[in-house]
Amino acid sequence: MKAANGQMAVSRELRAEFRRKNLKKVLRSWQLYVLLIPALIWAVVFAYYPMYGLIIAFKDYKIRLGILGSPWANPWNKYFTQFFSTSTAVNTIKNTLVISLESIVFAFPIPVIFALLLNQIQNLKARKTIQTISYAPYFMSNVVVVSIITVFFSATGVINHIHTTLSGGSPILFTSLPRWFRTLYIGSNIWQTMGFNAVIYIAALTSISPDYYEAAKIDGATKWQMVRYIDIPMIMPTVILMLILQIGNIMNVGYEKAYLMQNGSNTIVSELISTYVYKVGLQTAQYSFATAVGLFNSLVNFIILIIANEIAKKLSDISIF
Amino acid sequence: MKQTTERIPVHNMKMSRADKRFTVILFIIMFLVCAVIVYPLYYVLVASLTDPVVVNSGKMLFYPEKIYLKGYATTLAYQPLWTSYKNTIVYTFVGTVIALICTIPAGYALSRRDLPGRRGLIFVFTFTMFFSGGIIPLYLTIKSLGIYNSIWAMVLPVAVSAYNLIVCRSFFESSVPDELLEAAKVDGCSDFHFFFRIAIPISTTIIAVMALFYATAMWNQFFNALMFLQDDSKMPLQVILRNLVLMNQADQMGSSGDAMVTKQKLAEQLKYCIVVVAAAPLMAVYPFIQKYFAKGVTIGAVKG
Repeated sequence: MKAANGQMAVSRELRAEFRRKNLKKVLRSWQLYVLLIPALIWAVVFAYYPMYGLIIAFKDYKIRLGILGSPWANPWNKYFTQFFSTSTAVNTIKNTLVISLESIVFAFPIPVIFALLLNQIQNLKARKTIQTISYAPYFMSNVVVVSIITVFFSATGVINHIHTTLSGGSPILFTSLPRWFRTLYIGSNIWQTMGFNAVIYIAALTSISPDYYEAAKIDGATKWQMVRYIDIPMIMPTVILMLILQIGNIMNVGYEKAYLMQNGSNTIVSELISTYVYKVGLQTAQYSFATAVGLFNSLVNFIILIIANEIAKKLSDISIF
Repeated sequence: MKQTTERIPVHNMKMSRADKRFTVILFIIMFLVCAVIVYPLYYVLVASLTDPVVVNSGKMLFYPEKIYLKGYATTLAYQPLWTSYKNTIVYTFVGTVIALICTIPAGYALSRRDLPGRRGLIFVFTFTMFFSGGIIPLYLTIKSLGIYNSIWAMVLPVAVSAYNLIVCRSFFESSVPDELLEAAKVDGCSDFHFFFRIAIPISTTIIAVMALFYATAMWNQFFNALMFLQDDSKMPLQVILRNLVLMNQADQMGSSGDAMVTKQKLAEQLKYCIVVVAAAPLMAVYPFIQKYFAKGVTIGAVKG
């Protein structure tokens, strides 16, 4: 009994000592904290304060009354039920998910394939040139890209010229027909980001030890076999990591480009949750309603990210958290 | 020595037939890929110099067949475009400087393994990558700060990107050796002194990479301008570009003296000219800075 008391006293003392030491460490590092100040201020003001602002999704927000002063919505989930009772809800959620999933299926593998192919080019100069060309479009703003799409795919544009000469048919209105929207969106995304996304895989490929290839060559492996049994397994961890990140952004489709590509006739497929939030929120000033829709979007997205992360962790020990 | 003589035959081994075919197909694919990437950009450039009648026929252009320069003359004389150009340059410059002041020191501090609370602080930033308040709360924040419709609404919300911060931290982790810090500490060097006098001078690469990442993002900003700015005179290039090209306002640009036919002809060409003028600066500096770009992405990939 006494001994136990004594031990507790010792451990209490130890803990106090530990705290003192920690405090000393914190104080000694004050200059490092000063270096963090600008970024922390940014985080508080432009990331965490807006998160706090999310509570207006549960309030009847009035600008004049402020976030705290505005009354709570009655019932609390008023704006969520309002959203789900509209046909827009189903439509925007569907559009968002479909465009994301199609992007994962069609666009995600392309940079991996491109990196694998580029890695096969022995001529260093050719390789560098191709790589430099490949990520040039990444610098282009969405406005420039959508402008190029518009002129290229217009009724009198190059693509329609090719189409009409080959098929003899009439021009297709690519930019306003709903069924071409996703093709153009994802296709131009591939054009914009293939080279950039491939850089990561190329880096992973160049870090593979040459010993593997030497050994494979001695065993008489063909190029294809080396890709299949060396390159692909070696970049798999990077691929999985990028896939988790992409899945974790499944609800965050690049709304800027979707918004720019929208026109009266394709909104049936081009209206995403995010573009809808912008329209009801800022163009018609329904702040609480738009925030509720946005919050729903972020929450679902976050949950999917956590699930993807956990699955990847279980299956392959790769995770972002 | 023996090893190298053993390896030479491996390298010089004759390519098998399958491998040869593989190489040919590979080059064809790569050529096509490059053509698809470059041609749209090249086409816009050519079309901006070609007679709109030829452009509107829709045929593939490889060089300006009938040169017509009225588009550029009108574009260069269009005042709102230059106002927005100036705005974009100012936003990009101020924004990049602020972003660097926020990101570089923080990236360094977070790279220090002896920083108490490091894990928690890193989480504070990475969390912002995966969850955010969304556009409405951000818009209301900007309104309540009183920076709506000012340059600060353009540069402050994007002053830190968690992704860039992590890239920056990874760089410092791998390029500033611990021994250097230990040695400096023995000499009584403070953290400030070490950061400004030692870490910064050996880290010019990351500063260039960060400046490039942020400057590109600022230059291309469109949606924030749409949300956080009101006056036409403050709009950046991207907004003007969108109004002229995507909302078909280009026909307002020609002088009123022009005949209707000329105007219509011009409106088409103007689109190409404006796109060229808007994209030109980035494309012009691209060859010089692209190596930093690849470097930045590679650093980021080392530690996600």
